[in-house]
Amino acid sequence: MKFTLSWLKEHLATDASIDAIVETMTMTGLEVEGVENAGEKLKAFTVARVMSAAKHPNADKLQVCQVETKDGTLEIVCGAPNARAGLVTAFAPIGAYIPGSGITLEPKPVRGVVSNGMLCSGAELELDTDADGILELDADLKVGTPLAEALGLNDPVIDIEVTPNRPDWLGVAGIARDLAAAGVGKVTTKPVLPVPGRYPSPQKVEIDDTHACPMFASRYIRGLKNGPSPLWLQQKLRAIGQKPISALVDITNLLTHDRNRPAHVYDASKLKGTLRARMGREGETCTALNGNVYNVTPEMCVIADDANVQGIGGVIGGELSKVTEETTDILLECAYFDATITHKTGRALTLTTDAQYRFARGVDSGFVVPGLELATRLILDICGGEPSEIQVAGDLPPPPKAIFFDPDRVRQLAGIDVKPTRVRAVLKDLGFETSAEGQGSKRIIIEPPTWRRDVDGPADLVEEVARIEGFDKLPVLAPPRAAGFRAPSASVGESRARLARRAAASVGYYEAITWSFCSRAQAQAFGGGAEEMLVANPIASDLDCMRPTALPNLLVAAQQNANRGFDDARLFEAGPAYASANDGGQQRTVAGVWQARAPRHWRAAPQPDIFDVKRDVLMILEAIGAPVASLQTFSDAPAHWRPGRTGALKLGPKVIAYYGEIHPRTLKAIGVEAPALAFEIFLDALPAPRAKGGRAKPPFERLDLQPLTRDFAFIVDDKVTAQEVVRAAIGADKALIADVNLFDVYRGERMQSGKKSLAIEVTLQPKEKTLTDADIEAASAKIVSAVMKATGGTLRG
Amino acid sequence: MTTNTDLEELERTLLARVAAANDEAALEALRVEALGKQGSISALMKNLGAMSPDERKTFGAALNVLKDKVTEEIVTKKAAMAEAALDRQLQAEAVDVTLPPVRPRLGAIHPVSQVMEEMAAIFGEMGFAVEEGPDIETDFNNFTALNFPKNHPARELQDTFFLNARDEQGERKVLRTHTSPVQVRTMLRQKPPIRMICMGRTFRKDWDATHTPMFHQIEGLVIDETTSMADLKSVLTAALKAYFEVDDVKLRFRPHHFPFTEPSAEVDVGCDRSGGTLKIGTGDDWLEILGSGMVHPNVLKNCGIDPEKYQGYAFGMGIDRLAMLKYGMPDLRDLFANDTRWLKHYGFSPFLLPGLAQGVG
Repeated sequence: MKFTLSWLKEHLATDASIDAIVETMTMTGLEVEGVENAGEKLKAFTVARVMSAAKHPNADKLQVCQVETKDGTLEIVCGAPNARAGLVTAFAPIGAYIPGSGITLEPKPVRGVVSNGMLCSGAELELDTDADGILELDADLKVGTPLAEALGLNDPVIDIEVTPNRPDWLGVAGIARDLAAAGVGKVTTKPVLPVPGRYPSPQKVEIDDTHACPMFASRYIRGLKNGPSPLWLQQKLRAIGQKPISALVDITNLLTHDRNRPAHVYDASKLKGTLRARMGREGETCTALNGNVYNVTPEMCVIADDANVQGIGGVIGGELSKVTEETTDILLECAYFDATITHKTGRALTLTTDAQYRFARGVDSGFVVPGLELATRLILDICGGEPSEIQVAGDLPPPPKAIFFDPDRVRQLAGIDVKPTRVRAVLKDLGFETSAEGQGSKRIIIEPPTWRRDVDGPADLVEEVARIEGFDKLPVLAPPRAAGFRAPSASVGESRARLARRAAASVGYYEAITWSFCSRAQAQAFGGGAEEMLVANPIASDLDCMRPTALPNLLVAAQQNANRGFDDARLFEAGPAYASANDGGQQRTVAGVWQARAPRHWRAAPQPDIFDVKRDVLMILEAIGAPVASLQTFSDAPAHWRPGRTGALKLGPKVIAYYGEIHPRTLKAIGVEAPALAFEIFLDALPAPRAKGGRAKPPFERLDLQPLTRDFAFIVDDKVTAQEVVRAAIGADKALIADVNLFDVYRGERMQSGKKSLAIEVTLQPKEKTLTDADIEAASAKIVSAVMKATGGTLRG
Repeated sequence: MTTNTDLEELERTLLARVAAANDEAALEALRVEALGKQGSISALMKNLGAMSPDERKTFGAALNVLKDKVTEEIVTKKAAMAEAALDRQLQAEAVDVTLPPVRPRLGAIHPVSQVMEEMAAIFGEMGFAVEEGPDIETDFNNFTALNFPKNHPARELQDTFFLNARDEQGERKVLRTHTSPVQVRTMLRQKPPIRMICMGRTFRKDWDATHTPMFHQIEGLVIDETTSMADLKSVLTAALKAYFEVDDVKLRFRPHHFPFTEPSAEVDVGCDRSGGTLKIGTGDDWLEILGSGMVHPNVLKNCGIDPEKYQGYAFGMGIDRLAMLKYGMPDLRDLFANDTRWLKHYGFSPFLLPGLAQGVG
């Protein structure tokens, strides 16, 4: 919403500076987007009069003009065809900067004749796009008048952002009201004087749908003359970026911006039969004033005569009955349209007009007939004509309901002390009716004005008083501190994510944050992409699906780093994976990727592989306190993992993590080079920490007896896993065996094909007495037999 | 008969030979020759028995002095030789210490995560619990409960992403446009007093230099019987002081409109832009930093809390912007570009845990 300072001053008597006004607006809730003073950039330019124009001696298209300027008569070379004796135009002196052409004038000869300045076109001054000739100004202007003043552009234009709750601020008069309440002046808005009608309106108007259009006030005006509106009105509209159209249209636009009161004029000669406010009918169309044809639906309110749709109620008028220069008789409409229906219609048609914007937010139900009177007055003044009596169809909605208000609520809720008398005064200034409840009650009865339907409870009144008093009166107190015991402020899941994040970063991964969406194709490549997980209105076609895992986004990010010349990227993300759209469907995961390159080092360093990411996963799991020793490893994993090179760490049936390589086919599908190592940890799958017993740990058991180790090598079938051997060995004597470490895998010449040798180091930890040779022999026998039984292997000789 | 003069001669000879010995073996041979059972000094010792008590006394004493002296010389010389040998060995085993080690790399924590933990530390200190909620929300939790009327322009201020999935009411699920649904969930679950923050991903359909379709918010909520807007200002002042690590922070509350609060305010923080750098805290300029207000009675009602009895405040800030302001990151889009060079430059050591004791940064 834009308006000029002088327009504001038509409603507000104030001596306050523009800065003070802007500051007050800001502090009462009117968000000022900017203040533009078009006059600023025209400072150097003044009005001049061409006294004579003669052909340039050396150029056919140039003229040498004698020009009367603020600096006396000057000789100026001009290329404009319209430069002629008597023309009043814009003059730029030497040294002036010409915004439209980006040059600063220098006293240099043009084809041998020195030009002592320049005469300017609208385009050169960035006033309009007209570059065909120099400005043609009002011949009565005095030479030397600042150009901004001559053009009426020396008036600051204030641009504000109006929040949806305050439609009354979509009219300059409403802004003046709040500013006056905040103490920057006095409201001077003149009361609307009724214009007596001289005859009954010959145009019948009816309302079929009183919900969509509760009231339709109208008046016939005959014998008027439409044409360009007077200069003052054109300038006023131009200053706020509105294009003048014709006197009648400009008058309704003036009313829209002055009072937040849209109105409409129909050429009465083009209406057939009764004009009705009704719901649209399937198949109907409306050719609107903007030239577009809109399909009307039964959810939209239209204004239609017996033959045609003449407009979409509260949104836009129709081409069929639009006023023209030939129009002599009009029907003037001032109606009240339902906010929700107008809003929905605007959305359905993707059409926002000044009227639609205002009706969707709510216009003043108390200003329907006064608005009609005000418009009539302006039309009679400008276009002449003879008005009919006012014709009102329908009824106004009831006024906003009264609120019983305890003035002390201001202190209780806002924390600002305001005296009850001041509370009443502020509300009165804002147009609220206030009266005491009486009978010893300290409450007051507040009746909000018809333009403040946003106010419907005490909290709203507190806001009104607090913002007018000023939020700068809010005291700053000592910050409160919670007393005594309190539980940890983060959930178990959040705490785990924090630890995991730091663990992952400590083993070499950079933390990435990738979008929660990916493309459906990417999602499908990673086991997701269900219909319900699609974004109905994605911001980009490749971000149209909720990601089933962070892996595709991380892999693509790693590849992008490689494409920039930075390969070997290790990235992780501690973020959500979306399995379904239900509450439990969002999983807390830590995913990591590593497009590993073999390190080059003077000491031999192997190509990183699955066991490097397995190490990282176990490090992270250990760091977050997961029961690492209880994890079992499996080789099954979803299809996007490479078979045979992927492990699944499980706790019972629950998958805690996958690690290994991404399937080359999957990588190809998302355009990432193979190989790529990856892992994904599912934090929510970890068991909850014990809830009882506080933080204390079980007592520490210090064993005095030294542990000892024994090595065993088994020849087993190739398909036997290390885990099977290790678990069998541990299980052989749980009381005695403290640890089993697999330290050698051998396949080769000395081994029968299809067989391999697995060597383990078993740590025995005696607890009560030193082990005798016989004890050790017995334990060894148990280990050998357990492993042989579990794996079908034999002890290697 | 051996005389003292002979002893002196013997001493000279032995010491000269100790000095001349050039390896440990020669030294050992000399020790045996002089001090061994058959050694020259031992031989003289044996003669003591044949002497008169007086002679024995004086000669014995002299002999002992000689014995100690030679022993000490040999021990000292041996130690020196061992030292020298070790020195030679160490020198031989020297390596090029400038060679690079096999070094595990250190990764980095994303600034947004770091700032979230800073916020958790700051508000945790003031007794705020951290609550959570999902990114995919119901229309009710994201809008209706928060007093956004249906078909109202206010809903469109937040360009919402919709999913194909629908909730039990048949409404499309939305990607939460703010973290406020967590307030709703908390209030529906927990009786006042409530004192919480929540942080996380939020989504709006907006993508330009200063907006990304996904961003991060922190939101706070306090509900009890007396909390006022002055308390809100007090908590925010304290929190921003701690966050920006400055002694003073000036806040300006500007009236605004949010459907879920009444009164509502946008809050600007004082700043100083002189000299081309931005200093947060005080100064003549203002920087909009958050939205806040007193929870709207309709919101309380929608969440099963009696607005006649309870009141409180809510506030919300953009975490990404807070991070950019504090750590000097100029471009929002970089935060989600995942360029390892940027992550290394602006990221944090995993060992730098935010806490009030060591500084939240």
